[in-house]
Amino acid sequence: MADAVNGTVRRAKSVDIYASQWRNFLFVAPYLFIFVAFLVFPLFWGIWLSFHKADTFSSGPFIGFGNYARLFRDGIFLQSIWNTFYFVFLTVPALALIGLFLALCLNRQTRSAAVLRTLFFSSSVLSVTIVTLIWRIVYIPDMGLLSMIYGFFGAKAPAFLSDPDIAMIGIAIATIWWCIGLPMMLFLSALQQIPQDIYEAAALDNANRWQTLRSITLPSIKRTFVLVVIIQIVFQFQLFGQAFLMTKGGPNNLTKPIVLYIYNTAFQRWDIGLGAAASEILFLLILVAAMAQFLLTRRKADA
Amino acid sequence: MTASIDIRQVTKRFGSLTVLDELSLAIPANEFVVFLGPSGCGKSTLLRMIAGLESVDSGEILINGERIDDQPPGQRGVAMVFQSYALYPHMTVRENMAFGLKNISVERSVIDARIAEAARMLEIGHLLDRKPGQLSGGQRQRVAIGRAVVKEPKAFLFDEPLSNLDAALRTRTRIELAQLHQRLKSTMIFVTHDQIEAMTLADRIVVMNNRKIEQIGAPMEIYNRPATRFVAGFVGAPAMNFLPVKIRAEGGLVTAATDAGLSIKTAIPSEGLAAGDYELGLRSEHVRITQPAGDAAEGVVDVLERLGERTLVYVRLSDGHQIVGSDSGDSRVAVGDRVGLAFEAAKAHLFDASGRAWHGGEGGHG
Repeated sequence: MADAVNGTVRRAKSVDIYASQWRNFLFVAPYLFIFVAFLVFPLFWGIWLSFHKADTFSSGPFIGFGNYARLFRDGIFLQSIWNTFYFVFLTVPALALIGLFLALCLNRQTRSAAVLRTLFFSSSVLSVTIVTLIWRIVYIPDMGLLSMIYGFFGAKAPAFLSDPDIAMIGIAIATIWWCIGLPMMLFLSALQQIPQDIYEAAALDNANRWQTLRSITLPSIKRTFVLVVIIQIVFQFQLFGQAFLMTKGGPNNLTKPIVLYIYNTAFQRWDIGLGAAASEILFLLILVAAMAQFLLTRRKADA
Repeated sequence: MTASIDIRQVTKRFGSLTVLDELSLAIPANEFVVFLGPSGCGKSTLLRMIAGLESVDSGEILINGERIDDQPPGQRGVAMVFQSYALYPHMTVRENMAFGLKNISVERSVIDARIAEAARMLEIGHLLDRKPGQLSGGQRQRVAIGRAVVKEPKAFLFDEPLSNLDAALRTRTRIELAQLHQRLKSTMIFVTHDQIEAMTLADRIVVMNNRKIEQIGAPMEIYNRPATRFVAGFVGAPAMNFLPVKIRAEGGLVTAATDAGLSIKTAIPSEGLAAGDYELGLRSEHVRITQPAGDAAEGVVDVLERLGERTLVYVRLSDGHQIVGSDSGDSRVAVGDRVGLAFEAAKAHLFDASGRAWHGGEGGHG
């Protein structure tokens, strides 16, 4: 009897394969180390720097919000914020809509669609240097591709790199050409996940192409649309390479984005405290934009 | 609304593969027809051709005498219930049901009235403002049927609509579908590989296999007088027993004998039967388990399946063939026992080498 009782007691403790074990931590440790060392630590160090009068040689005295006050008295910084917003406004809606349009056109099993998908995506693998080189060749006055096309019709090409009114548009066009692959691919994968039978049900329900697009396709890829917009906002807020390589922020700082301002301030004028403060502003802007998008669309999606 | 459907010499190919070969079928108005067959026999393809979801390579399909195989799906006046229900996931139940009517600009008040009526009939009134994701499988099934009902179609097409439901719900929905048919008096075509669904629901069953129709007939006709060996083996559970036999005529009727010396005097007229190899077919309920009598009709029990009201007994004969017989629910037979078999020889069927069936009783050869 006593043996039987002991037996049950011993057997009561069964193996729980989902119980947490300390050695599992070892599997995440390498990534965690890199995450802390190169992301978390610099984030807080950057915040700390932005409250100090820092240069390359010393981190200087604590000056509170002094750097931030200087930033908002700096006309060039305010201009760069405006430039960045303008650039995001030019590129993000265009990328989302053109990407969606291309995906809708190329979502079919034909060879030509496959070739075109590859072509439209291929620009994404180029580095920013190559992209800007290509578009400088297109835009360059008198000899560029654009000049030749306009010249053929006897007209004068718009000066995309030097006209203050359209320089940012020139950068935006190059950026859209460069970045269109990812939104298109995201939309394509979303379209391919829509079950075929609800299209068949819609066909039996007398839905024409427009009704099918509006009532079946678009609602089904709503989440992907939000994802694309958020990704692109975060990404396009960080404009740097195209502006730096195509216009150097000119003419008259009209194409200077925040990141280029940070670069000039921190790594050319070595005013690291001010650069860190500008970085925090950019961080907040991206955070707010992404969160606003997220909250807005999530509420609508649930309703 | 209701309509007759005529399928005339319809052929369907996918590339070089012919799925349906010159198939013809006439379905009168109000009939509940079940397409029954194994996977890949073309039954779903035929249904989808009627719906307009697959093109017709040759032949024609007519509804109420009007040719429709060149019309888009929506204009054929048929409604379909899909195996996966195919509800629009982002629309509420009400919007799902209204969608097809809105697209053809039916008046709002008419739409509301039809939805209310269908919801009452299918008892889904409390679900109208939910989305499909918030419904159980059975509820989605009802909504899918409701979406078809509100269109007041000329014909309902069901593509294996019960196969995603659990067993209990499947039985209940089956009965409800039968009631729905009685109430709506509409033409219904139902595709399934489940012979119980076919037997219980159909006015007529169309048994399909390998690109063509094997037999068309009322459920009991299919069951009692299968036209081919395929139909005999496919319809009925457990499957019919088949034994290779030699035949001889005795008093105008066929007597079939196996190599092992088992002899069965059937009720099948011998007239017109050529000599040669045949297969004898007997359903398990026509093979009773008895005490062994020391003749060829006995064997050893391999497996027992106790179904409650009867017991299926799988008996291995001395020549190695297995025969399924049936015994009472409280049968005392055990695996390994030696048992005798009593054949209800009048119910036996004979199949020639081409698969054609010969039956006893009225009507002679089937």
